[in-house]
Amino acid sequence: MRAYTPKDDVQAKSYYTDRYYVSPQVPKQDVESDAVFAADLAAIKAKFEVKEAFIQVKQMVVYIQASDIYGVLELMRDELEYTQLTEMSAIDWLAKDNTFEIFYQMLSMNKRKRIRIKYFINKGQAVDSVEKLFRCADWSEREMFDMFGIEANGHPFMKRILMPYDWQGNPLLKTYPLEGDEFAAWYEVDKIYGKEAREAIGPEIRDTARVDRYDSGRFARLGYEVPKGTEITDDMEKTEQSYQEDGGVFLIKKFDKSSSVIVDDPQR
Amino acid sequence: MAQHKVNYTQDGGLPVALTSIDKIVNWGRSNSLWALTYGLACCGIEMMASGASRFDFDRYGTIFRASPRQADVMIVAGTLTKKHAEFIKRLYDQMTEPRWVISMGSCANTGGMFNTYATVQGVDRIIPVDLYLPGCAPRPETLQYGVMLLQKKIRANHASKAQKAKRLM
Repeated sequence: MRAYTPKDDVQAKSYYTDRYYVSPQVPKQDVESDAVFAADLAAIKAKFEVKEAFIQVKQMVVYIQASDIYGVLELMRDELEYTQLTEMSAIDWLAKDNTFEIFYQMLSMNKRKRIRIKYFINKGQAVDSVEKLFRCADWSEREMFDMFGIEANGHPFMKRILMPYDWQGNPLLKTYPLEGDEFAAWYEVDKIYGKEAREAIGPEIRDTARVDRYDSGRFARLGYEVPKGTEITDDMEKTEQSYQEDGGVFLIKKFDKSSSVIVDDPQR
Repeated sequence: MAQHKVNYTQDGGLPVALTSIDKIVNWGRSNSLWALTYGLACCGIEMMASGASRFDFDRYGTIFRASPRQADVMIVAGTLTKKHAEFIKRLYDQMTEPRWVISMGSCANTGGMFNTYATVQGVDRIIPVDLYLPGCAPRPETLQYGVMLLQKKIRANHASKAQKAKRLM
């Protein structure tokens, strides 16, 4: 969140401060401040290498080595009572140091505690699948593969889950444009009609708020409907649209506004 | 005893109505517009409401069908994702001629607020559309009005002539 600045004398002084305000980090506490987390960390440290560990917002964050993940989660599930993997995914730090940060959010219902296991991998490196430990990791790892392109070794069905199988690109990467790259822009046209149809169908119109009341080809103004291609001027007469043609419709009673009742009460 | 008696004195004394082929065919087409159930997102809720008792699409002869082969009009109600685009084309191709398409709501018209990589920016990039309904989501009254306008459009056609097949390209 951006820092709050008082707005009462905002015109008197320069409004420009720091456009890209970086919020201060949530303070980290020592693991020793919580007895349950301290015991858990000691159990992990006894078998695996722990790079860094701290408590943030009442949750312990543990940085481990990438190759240890299966063992750490197995230890936590079987011995430390962290029986649920509530979420896992990746964070894109490619711009900073060409790495992904992978996190596994663990929950213990018995201890009422949450631990976040994290590690870094380089771009192009695969992670170890934990699908054999937690069934929910099946789809999470597929989503991670879909969105970031990180493969999980040992996964039974390593395919895209949200995007189509023949999609190119990983949409959750920071470098992926929100409106899509060229492949995404022409995906449906290329797939259904073929590349040669691009010219006939034309590029996507992304400005959906654009309304041109003088363009009778694409827009119809309510109450002023005119045939397609009519030149529109400012002093046009309002046109009354009727549901039925002047001569009426065959076998159907002519709609008569004066003889119909308009019910205004919505609670009728 | 018959409750309803034929008035033999009107229309020249015969219980007969005269009309043209165009009018009788268009009357049949426009008053039995069977719609393909195609709720893709929240607009589908409004479409369902239009079909239910309060708004009652059955009055128009519009009955929702679960198969494109039995449907005349496709009401695209909701966001069309790029993953789904090929299926809407396939369903459209399965509908028999003559067929019509109503694009319901902002998402189907232009992609709406989903200005992203995964959303088709208007179903008219995939299939030809007869009627665009604005709104997010349009009220059932809007859809009813749209169906009435579509009926009017159908009645304006020459049913006896072979109609040019609608193609996007």
